[in-house]
Amino acid sequence: MQISINGNDKNFDAETMSINALIAHMNLVGKRIAIERNGEIVPRSQFDQVMVCQGDQLEIVGAVGGG
Amino acid sequence: MNEKNEMNDALVIAGKSYHSRLLVGTGKYKDFTETRAAIDASGAQIVTVAIRRTNIGQNENEPSLLDYLPPDEFTYLPNTAGCYSADDAVRTLRLARELLDGHKLVKLEVLGDPKTLYPNVIETLAAAKTLVSEGFDVMVYTSDDPIIAKQLEDIGCCAVMPLASLIGSGMGILNPWNLQIIIENAKIPVLVDAGVGCAADAAIAMELGCEGVLMNTAIAAAQNPVLMASAMKKAIEAGRESYLAGRMPKKLYSASPSSPTTGLITGNG
Repeated sequence: MQISINGNDKNFDAETMSINALIAHMNLVGKRIAIERNGEIVPRSQFDQVMVCQGDQLEIVGAVGGG
Repeated sequence: MNEKNEMNDALVIAGKSYHSRLLVGTGKYKDFTETRAAIDASGAQIVTVAIRRTNIGQNENEPSLLDYLPPDEFTYLPNTAGCYSADDAVRTLRLARELLDGHKLVKLEVLGDPKTLYPNVIETLAAAKTLVSEGFDVMVYTSDDPIIAKQLEDIGCCAVMPLASLIGSGMGILNPWNLQIIIENAKIPVLVDAGVGCAADAAIAMELGCEGVLMNTAIAAAQNPVLMASAMKKAIEAGRESYLAGRMPKKLYSASPSSPTTGLITGNG
């Protein structure tokens, strides 16, 4: 599948995977992040259930320094 | 001011008390070590953070701001810096709430153009309405227009934060008279946000009756940020005490010197 993460297209061998699996794949385990899938926030409690698939648009954000 | 009064003189925002009236940003520092040192010197309890796309597939051991400013030590104030529409601002803060485990206190700012960073008050009003209806505690950055400030209060924002001058300009308080009107009309805390350049500016804001000051560049862009953070802490405290103490009336001259007018050795009696 091809999905868009933070505006970049990414290809995966799997046809679908859970958000948790994706986080592991992206080396983001343990990082404080929030995720939006196709414009909708995915609550952390649902990272195991929500699946990403072909064409999905994801935003993965964190807190950074700012004024 | 005695110790008891000092303890009672808390800044209350959305029902929570803070002893520090200086709120600081966390951007523009050389590194996280300097960020932490400056924030410690400032005594700030509330720190603003920005919400941005996470680096994907890059250095996974890259330090994060949260490692240096643990959320259990500070009250995070996620902001919407860089948003130019109500929709983007609302979307950003929904993500922030998820990121920070349901945290409700946020700083709303919707900018009008990237050159001046002047606030877009139309979009700010729209975003504030949505955010308040969704249960956010909204501290809102705005222009120094007293009518807009009042409208933001009426919408249900928990603090209104007019600019002293434009973001990052360091120009100080350009319209103290408008700030006075905003403070006089407000039933919620008024904090100056943006434009403060030096400790004197911060003290003047507090002497005008502001409940607090939010700043980033004035500290981060100083030659010695940690020392400036310390100066700002003192200025905020001095300005607050000066405001509470009540200044003497201004007169062109008084003919009433501080030393006795009798008993002078050159006198005749």
